[in-house]
Amino acid sequence: MANLAAVVGIGQTSYTTKRNDVSIAGLVREAAVNALNDADLTWDDIDAVILGKAPDMFEGIIMPEIYLTDALGCNGKPMLRVHTAGSVGGSTALVAASHVQSGTFKRVLTVSFEKQSESNAMWALSNPQPFSTHLNAGAGGYFAPIIREYIRRSGAPDDVGIKVAVKDRQHGARNPLAHLQLPEITMEEVSESFMLWDPIRYLESCPSSDGACAMVIANEELADRSSKPPAWIRGVAMRSEPTMYAGREEVNPQAGRDCAADVYKQAGISDPRKDLDVAEVYVPFSWYEPMWLENLGFAPEGEGWKLTMEGATSLLDGGDIPWNPSGGVLSSNPIGASGMIRFAEAARQVRNDAGEHQVPDAKLALGHAYGGGAQFFAMWVVGAEKA
Amino acid sequence: MKEIAIVGYQQSDCVSDAGALNEVELIIPVLGRIFEQVGITNAQDVDFVCSGSCDYLQGAAFAFVLGVDALGAVPPIKESHVEMDAAWALYESILKIRMGHADSALIYGFGKSSPGELPIVLSQQLDPYYLAPQWVDTISLAAMQARMMLDQGLITERDMAEVVARSRRNAINNPHAQLKGDVTADDILAEETYLSPLRRSDCCPVSDGASAVVICTVEKAKAWGKPYAVISGIDHIIESHNPGMRDLTDSVSTRKAAANAGMGDGKVDVAELYAPFSHQELILSRALGLSEDTTINPSGGVLAGNLMMASGLSRIGEVFNRIVAGDAERGVAHTTSGPCLQHNLVAVLDKGEVA
Repeated sequence: MANLAAVVGIGQTSYTTKRNDVSIAGLVREAAVNALNDADLTWDDIDAVILGKAPDMFEGIIMPEIYLTDALGCNGKPMLRVHTAGSVGGSTALVAASHVQSGTFKRVLTVSFEKQSESNAMWALSNPQPFSTHLNAGAGGYFAPIIREYIRRSGAPDDVGIKVAVKDRQHGARNPLAHLQLPEITMEEVSESFMLWDPIRYLESCPSSDGACAMVIANEELADRSSKPPAWIRGVAMRSEPTMYAGREEVNPQAGRDCAADVYKQAGISDPRKDLDVAEVYVPFSWYEPMWLENLGFAPEGEGWKLTMEGATSLLDGGDIPWNPSGGVLSSNPIGASGMIRFAEAARQVRNDAGEHQVPDAKLALGHAYGGGAQFFAMWVVGAEKA
Repeated sequence: MKEIAIVGYQQSDCVSDAGALNEVELIIPVLGRIFEQVGITNAQDVDFVCSGSCDYLQGAAFAFVLGVDALGAVPPIKESHVEMDAAWALYESILKIRMGHADSALIYGFGKSSPGELPIVLSQQLDPYYLAPQWVDTISLAAMQARMMLDQGLITERDMAEVVARSRRNAINNPHAQLKGDVTADDILAEETYLSPLRRSDCCPVSDGASAVVICTVEKAKAWGKPYAVISGIDHIIESHNPGMRDLTDSVSTRKAAANAGMGDGKVDVAELYAPFSHQELILSRALGLSEDTTINPSGGVLAGNLMMASGLSRIGEVFNRIVAGDAERGVAHTTSGPCLQHNLVAVLDKGEVA
């Protein structure tokens, strides 16, 4: 049985296209200092630092933890660098939690970041490899056919993605840190934005952001006397499967279903829509909300889109299970940090500290991240109570 | 805290150029051998898998994804990756076992460094604003470090040559070593300098290959009925990145990590040190306070073959090999990352009970 651990401090930068005012070290330090201030702690209170981001090619720095140790107050301490795919921010939070849940450390700092303005993410992901299929498509081109297959199978009306794009930007407009601030966005505006990868329109895609996110995770004894309410970690899970194999279910990947079942079991969740109060889920392209609603068990297969269209996932519509009240990946996407932002925003909700995008009385929340060709998954459930 | 054991270690040959073999083809034979060694059939038979690799060696984002394809991860597995030497993947796996979410783990590291110019590639891990634009390569930084030691009278060039000669001689008995031979310090000293004061022989070779380790709880090791070594302590510490902010002639973090790992609690029969340059082995053995009672780098160490992203894991595996072979009862393994020994990990291994 894992030791109890909790998030006792959260810090984020604001998210924007280019943070020209800070270096990469300045960016991560800003998030880390915000997390320490939130936890009412100093650098000396931290036993180890766990840094995540991926891939290194986005900024052109190999193993950036080597250079960032000074900015993160880690000299003389252990530094671990996590590198999974788009799920990296979530995986990093889980590895950081394991430092405490294993009883090895009392209190650790975890940070993830991306300064995407230093490069071009699409091309950094598309360099050709010997003996491998060269897709040259970026992430949107990879996922578009999978989304089309979802639409074909479920018979979902073609404006579901548009509805998600509007809903998440309305949420994002309540979050002052969000990159896209589009409070007046309309269904018509999204539907008229140009088609990037059919059926994904420009406004149905995530932005490219600079930003960093940090958390302080502490053991039970220290969390019990933290200055603000802790977010108790109630379940942690990760799963991976290969990019391609015969019979692979790409619309509703087994790794995602297994990961959700694992984390729900730990947290005592039998009906996620009913038992959870809020979810921060990795939705970089609008249609992934209905797809993940099914994959994560919030709706039966083929019916996720109905929750979206009913407003069940909308905070503004008073939905019963708000998804991405922070605005989600569709409103801010510093790739290496995006997973951790989901995990941190879930924690903010159960700490009752999410400002204008707070879900009333949120007690139990899911943080979710995925990566690669929807083959890597990381999830946690956090709660206002220990059990 | 749970006792954790190593039950398997396999490494590919260190080769200077693996040719057309891709990373998956480097990994798969090693995994096949370690599954056989431990008596399992695939990655589904362990509870957690963690790997170490570096995108810049492959020249592609998310190089590890192909590595996952080598695992046969159907149905899905619990898996993670560090962009560090796989010794840190082992560290992450230990935390997973300690927290009760796994009883066993497969760890592997791989690198195909031959297609690029490794010393120049690694210059891009330096501070991107002040150091990387100067393209200071790893050998130049190490040469500066060696020069400081020579100038301060801490070592002589003969001391360095003795390290190389011992590595070459020890490597004769290591079937996976790339550089081996019955050479003397005089032979080494007769070589011309490469990047003064370093000779080519003072620098590790560039190697392609992979290695893998399986760890598990001691109960599981006993259930599997395999010989094992216990990981009795492990710790790692990073120092300032700025080479002007630390004493390059010492390794404070290695000394402290060894103390935290409990190295001082008993005698050390064997030490495998990740020293890519001969003078660094001298820094490390002094930081660890090793005496003549300790056999250093019986495998030849990384001067005999350096699998980037796997060499640290291999150091742990080599100590395991000595212990299960009965040559040693207790040993330390060391791993480094970053320029001039910036980040160091020390593991202490003890003989397990007889199965």
